[in-house]
Amino acid sequence: MEPNYLEYKGKYKGIFAWIFSTDHKRIGLLYLYAVGAFFCVGALLGLLMKLELIAPDKTIMEAQVYNSVFTLHGITMIFLVVIPGLPAVFGNFLLPIMIGAKDVAFPKLNLLSWWVYVFGALLALSSQFMGSGPPDTGWTFYAPYSFQTQSNVLPAVMGAFVLGFSSILTGLNFIVTMHRMRAPGMGWFRMPLFPWTLYATAWIQLLATPIVGITLLMIVAERTLGIGFFDPAKGGDPILYQHLFWIYSHPAVYIMILPAMGAISEILPTFSKKPIFGYKALVFSSLAIALVGYFVWGHHMFTAGMSGTALYAFSFLTFLVAIPSAIKVFNWVSTLYKASIDMQTPFYWATSFIFVFMIGGFSGLVLGALATNVHVHDTAFVVAHFHFIVFGGVGYAFFGAIHYWFPKIWGRMYDVKWANFGWLTFFIGYLALYGPMFYLGLVGMPRRYFDYLPEYHGPNILSSLGAIVMIGGLAIIITNLIISSRRGETAKANPWGGSTLEWTVPSPPPLENFEEIPVVDKNPYEYK
Amino acid sequence: MFLNVSNFVEGVDKAFVFIFAICVFLLVGITAVMLYFIYRYNKKRNPKATQIHGSTSLELIWTIVPLIIVLVMFAYGWTGWKPMKEKAPDDAMQITAIGRMWSFGFEYPNGKYTDSLYVPQGKPVELDLVSEDVVHSFYIPAFRLKQDMVPGSDKDRMWFIANSPGSYDIFCAEYCGLRHSYMYSSVVVMPPDEFEQWYADTAAVQPETAGETEMSADAVAGLNILKKNGCNACHSMDGTRLVGPSYKGLMGKTETVMENGEEKQVEIDRDYIVRAIYHPDEQIVKGYQAGQMQSYEGKISEKEIDQIIEYFKTLQ
Repeated sequence: MEPNYLEYKGKYKGIFAWIFSTDHKRIGLLYLYAVGAFFCVGALLGLLMKLELIAPDKTIMEAQVYNSVFTLHGITMIFLVVIPGLPAVFGNFLLPIMIGAKDVAFPKLNLLSWWVYVFGALLALSSQFMGSGPPDTGWTFYAPYSFQTQSNVLPAVMGAFVLGFSSILTGLNFIVTMHRMRAPGMGWFRMPLFPWTLYATAWIQLLATPIVGITLLMIVAERTLGIGFFDPAKGGDPILYQHLFWIYSHPAVYIMILPAMGAISEILPTFSKKPIFGYKALVFSSLAIALVGYFVWGHHMFTAGMSGTALYAFSFLTFLVAIPSAIKVFNWVSTLYKASIDMQTPFYWATSFIFVFMIGGFSGLVLGALATNVHVHDTAFVVAHFHFIVFGGVGYAFFGAIHYWFPKIWGRMYDVKWANFGWLTFFIGYLALYGPMFYLGLVGMPRRYFDYLPEYHGPNILSSLGAIVMIGGLAIIITNLIISSRRGETAKANPWGGSTLEWTVPSPPPLENFEEIPVVDKNPYEYK
Repeated sequence: MFLNVSNFVEGVDKAFVFIFAICVFLLVGITAVMLYFIYRYNKKRNPKATQIHGSTSLELIWTIVPLIIVLVMFAYGWTGWKPMKEKAPDDAMQITAIGRMWSFGFEYPNGKYTDSLYVPQGKPVELDLVSEDVVHSFYIPAFRLKQDMVPGSDKDRMWFIANSPGSYDIFCAEYCGLRHSYMYSSVVVMPPDEFEQWYADTAAVQPETAGETEMSADAVAGLNILKKNGCNACHSMDGTRLVGPSYKGLMGKTETVMENGEEKQVEIDRDYIVRAIYHPDEQIVKGYQAGQMQSYEGKISEKEIDQIIEYFKTLQ
C-alpha cells in the first residue's frame, strides 16, 4: 500500500518536504501551524487588553501600547487567522477528498498561495518592529487618522494587501476544483455541505478582495505621494474610505462564517446518524448569504452621515441577510430530531456553536435596526456581537472541526476527557468574557477604550476574569491536541461512522487520497 | 414607562424592548428544544435514528415567519430613528460642537464658549458637529444619540429636546488616537430660567472660571483661550505628564529640547511659547514625540499668547 501523506518521502527532505510540498494535505497543515501560531499570539494580545481593562486607569500598560495591542490583535485575528482559518486549513485538507479528487486543480498555485500568505503575514508583523512604532489605527485603518498618526502604518497595510492575493488565489483554486474535479456521479447536489460553503466563500474571496486591495493601495498612495483620496485636508473624503473598506470587509465576515457553518453541517449528521435536515435549504441559504452579504456594508456606517435613504435601504437589506442564517439554525436543530446522538467532543462544539451563534445573530438584529444601532454603534455591544459571531461562530466551528477531523488528519485519537474538560472551561470563560460587554455597550461604554469611567467597572471585572478562564480552557485544548497528535491511540478509517468520502480512505490518507477515483451513487448523508 | 431624558428615548427604547423580547424568547425556545432533542434522542434512549431528509412546509414556515418578524423589527427601528433625522424645529437653539484630539468644545450664538454643553430644559437644541482633525463621534448615551464628526463635512448635525435637568455623559465613540478614552465631556440640562440667567451673563464665559478672583483679567482670558482650543487635552495644569509638557512651572525654566535631531538648552520665554504654538515641531522638549500637535498660527493671535503667558505665570 502507498505510504500515507505524513510519511511520504518526495524529492525534498526534512522541513523542505513540507514547505515545498504541493500536496493539498501538507499545505493544509502548513496553514494550520501558521494560523495556530498567529491565533495564540492574537489570543494573548486579547488577554493583555482584558487585563488592562480589569480596573480603571492604567493597569499594566500605557495608552499608546494598548492602542497598538488592540490594533495588532485585530490585524492578526482578522487577516492572519479567521479569513484564512477554515477555508485554507480544512478546505485545503478536505475539499479534494470530500469531492473524490486527488488534489486541488492547481497544486503549485496552492503552494504559492501559502507562500504569499507567509510573506504577507511577515510584512504585516514587521510593522511592529521597524520604523516609528507599531501602528495604532485599529484594524480598520480609518481615514484621516491613519494618515496623521506617526506610527508605522504602511507595512501593516501592505501586508494586508499581499494577504489578499493569497485569499484570491485560494478562492480561484477551489472554484475550479469544484467545477472540474468532482468524482463521477457527484452532481452538484450530491456534494457535501462543507464544500458547498467553500464554494460560496470562494466567490466572495474572488470578487470582494480586490476592492480592499485597491483601497489599501490608495492609502499607500496617499501616505507616500500625498494624493488626496481620503484626507479632507487634501480635498479627500473620509467617508469614501469607509465605504470602500466595508464593501470588502463586510463580505469578509461571510468568508469567515460560511465555512464554519459548513463544518457544523458535517458534524451534526455524523453524530446524529441521520441525514442533515433540509440539505437544499442549507445549500441555497449559503449562496443567499454570499449574495445578499455584498449589499449590507452600509450598516457599519449608520452614524457616519450617509443620507437617510441609504440608511434604511441598508437596514432593510441587513434584516434580509438574517433570514438564511435563521434557516440554517432551524435545519441544524431539526437534524437532531429523532436522531441517535453519540455525544462526542465535536458534537459539544457544534451544539454550543449553535447557541453562541444565535446570540451573535440576535444581537445583530439589534444592530441592524436603525434606532437601536445609533445607540450601541461603536460601543462594547458591537465588540461583543462581533466576537459572538466571529469567535463564537468561527472559533467554535474551528475547534469542532479540528476534533472531528483529528483522526483523519493525524491518524490518531485525541484524549476525550481532556478535550471535553477543555471545551467546558472554554465555554464558561467565553460567556463570562463577552456576555458583560453587551451590557457595557447598552449602558454606553464606547469601544477601543484604554480607560473608562468608574461606573463601568463591575462588568469589566467579570469580563477580564472570563478572559483568564477562557485562555486556561484554550491552553488545555491546544495542549491536548498537540500531545494526542503524537501519542494518541491509532485511529480507524471511520471512527465516527461518517458517511462522506473522507471517511472511506485510510487515516491518515495516502498521498493521492484514493487508489481509485470513487464513483458516487448516493447523497452525501445517508445512514442505514 | 420610559424615562424620557430626551425626546428620542421612548422611540429608541421601544425598539430595544421589542427586539430584545423576541430575541430572548427565540433564544430560550430554540435552545430548550435543542437541549430536549439532545437528551431525548441520545443513542442510549433512541438507538435507531429515523431517516428524515427534510420538510418543505417546515422550510417555508421558518423562512416566512422570521421574515415577518424581522420586517416588524425593521419598522420599529425605522420609526424610532426617523425623528432624529428629521429637520430640527425652526426655533431650535444653534450651538456648534467642536471635536478635536482629544476634547470637546461648544460655541453658543452669543459668543459664549464652554467645555461642557449647557442646554435649556424642554427647548429644542441643534448642534452643528465639527471636527478639527480626524473622525470623532459625538455620543450622548442618555439621549440615545450618536453622530460622527467628520472633518471637512459641514452636514453633520444632531438635534434634541432635553427633558430632565441634570448632567449626562458625552463620549467620543469613534477611535481617534492616543487619548480617545479621555475624550469625554458632559451635557448639563438646566431649567429654562436658570439657563437664561447663565446664558445672559456673557462676562463669565466659562462657568468653571466664573468665581475666579485670584487671577487677573488677562490670566482668566488666557485660560479661556487654552480651553477654547482644547490645549488641556494634552497639556496638564498640575504637572501631570500627558501627551505634551505641563504648564506648571513652565515660564522661566530651562528645558532640553530637540532641534533637527540635536539636543539644545533653551530658556522658556515669550519667544519660545510663540514658536511652540505656531511651529510646534521645531523645538520638541526632550522625551516627547513630534508630530502630535497642529500649528495654531492664524487661530491664536500674539496678543492672545500674551494672555496665555499671563495665565502660565499663575502656575508656578
